[in-house]
Amino acid sequence: MISYLTKRLASLFASLLVASIVIFTVIEVIPGDPAAYMLGMNARADTIAALRSELGLDGGVLERYLAWVGGMLVGDFGTSYTYRTPVADMIADRLWISLPLALYALCLTIVIAIPTGVFAASRRGQAGDYGIVGATQIGVAIPNFWFAMILILIFAIQLRWFSAGGFPGWEKGFWLSVKALTLPAIALALPQAAILTRVMRSSLIEVLGEDFMRTARAKGLTSWQTILHHGLRNALIPVLTIIGLQFAFLLAGGIIIEQVFALPGLGRLVFQSISQRDLIVVESVVMLLVFAVIMTNFLVDLAYAVVDPRLRVAR
Amino acid sequence: MNRSRLNWSLLIGALLVSIFAVAAVISLFWTPYDVTGMNISARLKVPGDGYFLGTDHFGRDLLSMIMAGAQTSIAVAVIAVGIGMGLGVPLGLAAAGSRGWLDEVIMRGNDLAFAFPALVIAILITAVFGASAVNAIIAIGIFNIPVFARLTRGAALSLWSREFILAARVAGKGAARISVEHILPNIANLLIVQGTIQFSLGILAEAGLSYVGLGAQPPTPSWGRMLADSQTLVGLAPHLALVPGLAIILTVLGLNLLGDGLRDLLDPKLRMVRR
Repeated sequence: MISYLTKRLASLFASLLVASIVIFTVIEVIPGDPAAYMLGMNARADTIAALRSELGLDGGVLERYLAWVGGMLVGDFGTSYTYRTPVADMIADRLWISLPLALYALCLTIVIAIPTGVFAASRRGQAGDYGIVGATQIGVAIPNFWFAMILILIFAIQLRWFSAGGFPGWEKGFWLSVKALTLPAIALALPQAAILTRVMRSSLIEVLGEDFMRTARAKGLTSWQTILHHGLRNALIPVLTIIGLQFAFLLAGGIIIEQVFALPGLGRLVFQSISQRDLIVVESVVMLLVFAVIMTNFLVDLAYAVVDPRLRVAR
Repeated sequence: MNRSRLNWSLLIGALLVSIFAVAAVISLFWTPYDVTGMNISARLKVPGDGYFLGTDHFGRDLLSMIMAGAQTSIAVAVIAVGIGMGLGVPLGLAAAGSRGWLDEVIMRGNDLAFAFPALVIAILITAVFGASAVNAIIAIGIFNIPVFARLTRGAALSLWSREFILAARVAGKGAARISVEHILPNIANLLIVQGTIQFSLGILAEAGLSYVGLGAQPPTPSWGRMLADSQTLVGLAPHLALVPGLAIILTVLGLNLLGDGLRDLLDPKLRMVRR
């Protein structure tokens, strides 16, 4: 276990290192000088130079890279070119919308997909199974932002149960905020639930064919008892991996959904920063999202090793 | 029982895909109305009323826009899949053929590419190099590379232990030649099936990028941008959102069904492989 952990930790750090280099390099090749851009056409050269050094744009590439990474390690993401406020604060504010949204959508995904997948697997080859498999085919084909628009049309414009967008803020009341995130979470969750249902179904079908399932039936358990006690536990391992990947996807995929519902989350921040050429914000948000993905995968791998000792030796 | 169901997937999938492919081809030389032609007096017509799919807020014919949009979607997805296959397959073959450090480097690079949320990097690329259809293609294409590399490597590794490969080695063929002459033809089916799946993901990705304004720019018609344009009018004229949305769903559904059908047709062994 210790050697497995060391190996995984080493590859975690290597991934983060390479990811940060890639992101830094991409941002680095962008033409144009942020300082000149901020000060406008008529700025004097010495003013631009002063601002450059204030923003930390002086110095060599390596020096700036180390400053960026070093800063992030202690929670300092630099200063926004446009707003002159710490990027860390801007991200923290937005994270309070994007993170709950992703978690909300993940909960919905799991709550929908696991029972549906189990049901389909238990009815394999019957009408209910075909119905569910057909529905998941359509579910994976639906773009989530289009589904979001249709939800707005039905539940906000026609029925007036929800508002069509915006976010009141957590200080205005917990349930009010949850309500504002409900339609976006549903829109995000539906296509993911379709994917997870398929994974749950095929994984359980595979387990149902195992010998120990027959043994469990033979010792007198009902078919539901076998499925829940013996089948589900074994079938959940691939499901866990997909859930891990989906969380990362939901966090990043929220970017487009936030646009549809005008939610002031990380997505809005990214698009706003792109249009204002506030590249340090773009750079940091992208790094944060990549960090979240790599970290999630790492934790899923660890969870595996805990659940299934056989996987500790593998790789 | 299985046989008849498989053919249904293939049949419906092929039908849906050909409808949009034919629409895209026809739009190259003919559309019912001028794609960019505005006619304010005929704006926001519902489907049927002289315009098969209705008109938008500028009085542009939606059917013509959908047909021309199919062209954009298909072109973007085809090139993106081409990039993924063109670079991913050789990488996968090289990894499987060489093992050792080259394999290690390629596969670690792959793991890393998977760790990047595709959408975020697509946004980053279009932010850096500007929003355009070409940059959207590159952004989507990059994320197809590790998919094909991993698939190719896995399939190729299992072939390398087979007798006919050993025979080829005994005959004096090098790893590169064996990869091209013996491995590649044997994994072609697998690549075609994955290709249709990546194609459908490419269409979804293009629509998403265009929707947020980072894909095809006006006046290039695009389903994603049609949806973005319809957003403020959705309460007034729901067909503006429904028509492009259904076009996307039916195309993606068609491609997925086609992929399922092809997989079962080409290689029944693979039926359980797809996650």
